[in-house]
Amino acid sequence: LFPGAGGGNDIQWCFSQVKGAVDDDVAEADIISTVEFNHSGELLATGDKGGRVVIFQQEQENKIQSHSRGEYNVYSTFQSHEPEFDYLKSLEIEEKINKIRWLPQKNAAQFLLSTNDKTIKLWKISERDKRPEGYNLKEEDGRYRDPTTVTTLRVPVFRPMDLMVEASPRRIFANAHTYHINSISINSDYETYLSADDLRINLWHLEITDRSFNIVDIKPANMEELTEVITAAEFHPNSCNTFVYSSSKGTIRLCDMRASALCDRHSKLFEEPEDPSNRSFFSEIISSISDVKFSHSGRYMMTRDYLSVKIWDLNMENRPVETYQVHEYLRSKLCSLYENDCIFDKFECCWNGSDSVVMTGSYNNFFRMFDRNTKRDITLEASRENNKPRTVLKPRKVCASGKRKKDEISVDSLDFNKKILHTAWHPKENIIAVATTNNLYIFQDKVN
Amino acid sequence: QEMEDKVTSPEKAEEAKLKARYPHLGQKPGGSDFLRKRLQKGQKYFDSGDYNMAKAKMKNKQLPTAAPDKTEVTGDHIPTPQDLPQRKPSLVASKLAG
Repeated sequence: LFPGAGGGNDIQWCFSQVKGAVDDDVAEADIISTVEFNHSGELLATGDKGGRVVIFQQEQENKIQSHSRGEYNVYSTFQSHEPEFDYLKSLEIEEKINKIRWLPQKNAAQFLLSTNDKTIKLWKISERDKRPEGYNLKEEDGRYRDPTTVTTLRVPVFRPMDLMVEASPRRIFANAHTYHINSISINSDYETYLSADDLRINLWHLEITDRSFNIVDIKPANMEELTEVITAAEFHPNSCNTFVYSSSKGTIRLCDMRASALCDRHSKLFEEPEDPSNRSFFSEIISSISDVKFSHSGRYMMTRDYLSVKIWDLNMENRPVETYQVHEYLRSKLCSLYENDCIFDKFECCWNGSDSVVMTGSYNNFFRMFDRNTKRDITLEASRENNKPRTVLKPRKVCASGKRKKDEISVDSLDFNKKILHTAWHPKENIIAVATTNNLYIFQDKVN
Repeated sequence: QEMEDKVTSPEKAEEAKLKARYPHLGQKPGGSDFLRKRLQKGQKYFDSGDYNMAKAKMKNKQLPTAAPDKTEVTGDHIPTPQDLPQRKPSLVASKLAG
């Protein structure tokens, strides 16, 4: 590796902000479960295991003080989902927010979809900065006036008030999933969206909550024959008829909704051939795809499996065009990673705005970036020890075995409880949001 | 002659380690056992069939009584809806907003 230079067009990443509690004793509810920028990048939403959503807003750039781009401050927070109990199946339904997806802004209000295992909700976030004053029948504090004391009439007027941001649930899309929802994705038509669980994918209209169309169903007639589940799904960014879904067996299927109502037959199947002599007990588990994301251009898609990130060209099904090793040194630790369940961790991945760099998380609060053009990569750490603003982050290196160089960390010293599963990249700028277990870090590139 | 034998891939070495610890590990690697466990994720308290059978039997027999410590619902005791710990929504604001 190269000291000083950052991966990604030699970007130098600096700490900007960290949100969340400092204490090591993490309450379950505070575990961050999803992070998502909106389409302009002005808003950044997080969801947690306690069913809460926190939205941060980037403050307007201070033209005079152009050391850095605006900071993100709390804009709104609300309880999106609550724990429920399914009495019929005697199952507890977690309130954990699995995914948040923003709608593009159409008017003054912002809209987002948030989902837990069973129910998707459309939230409207709106600002109120004026209130009516000067009612005839009410005092300013709301108490009703005695009508007999009213001698003159006046027209109430709107006067400025302190900004209030309100979140209200506008639609509740419930009772359409038997299994656990892992993905939601808004169509480029901005009218429909899909929700995917382990075995089925449904298509919804944003205005209609009492009906949903099933577009993929991989449930076998005999559950004993179940061999794979759906792990993620996403609509194509430009083609409103196209979506993909990934499986626990490492395959991705691209479907065209024009072909048939039920897209059980894929249009394309993306799968990298495996060398059968290399097959082991772990092969299928580590090939399970935990995330799939289209590039902004729509030409490529990226998948994340346990050890690597792969870039696929939609025109080539038989193998990925690029493969990046995230933490190959873990291959010789698979036995213990299986025993402590870490092998089932679901890492996400994301593209930068120009599709030139991809990012994903790892253990020990490390996260990795791969520059597709220069083929350089970098490992950085989200840690409060590095939290001086405008200080460039120092690249990290893990030593697989043998002689450990100074500043390197050995595989056995990695903290597997410190996982970075969720990361997000601002759609236009080099600003990234990285979630550790219960803290949200924001990093920016150095602005000179 | 070469000193080393056929080099085992690290993955195969890990597999051997796992099989040594758990000799009865499923024949189908990564197969339906995992998947079914995944599909059933979620704390299942009781089967309503068992519950109703137990209630019917209670009329004739003495069932083992609940442990004095009612916070644990496990084992032979058939949980009743009243025994289930109430899951309340979080009333505390997220620390990210603090």
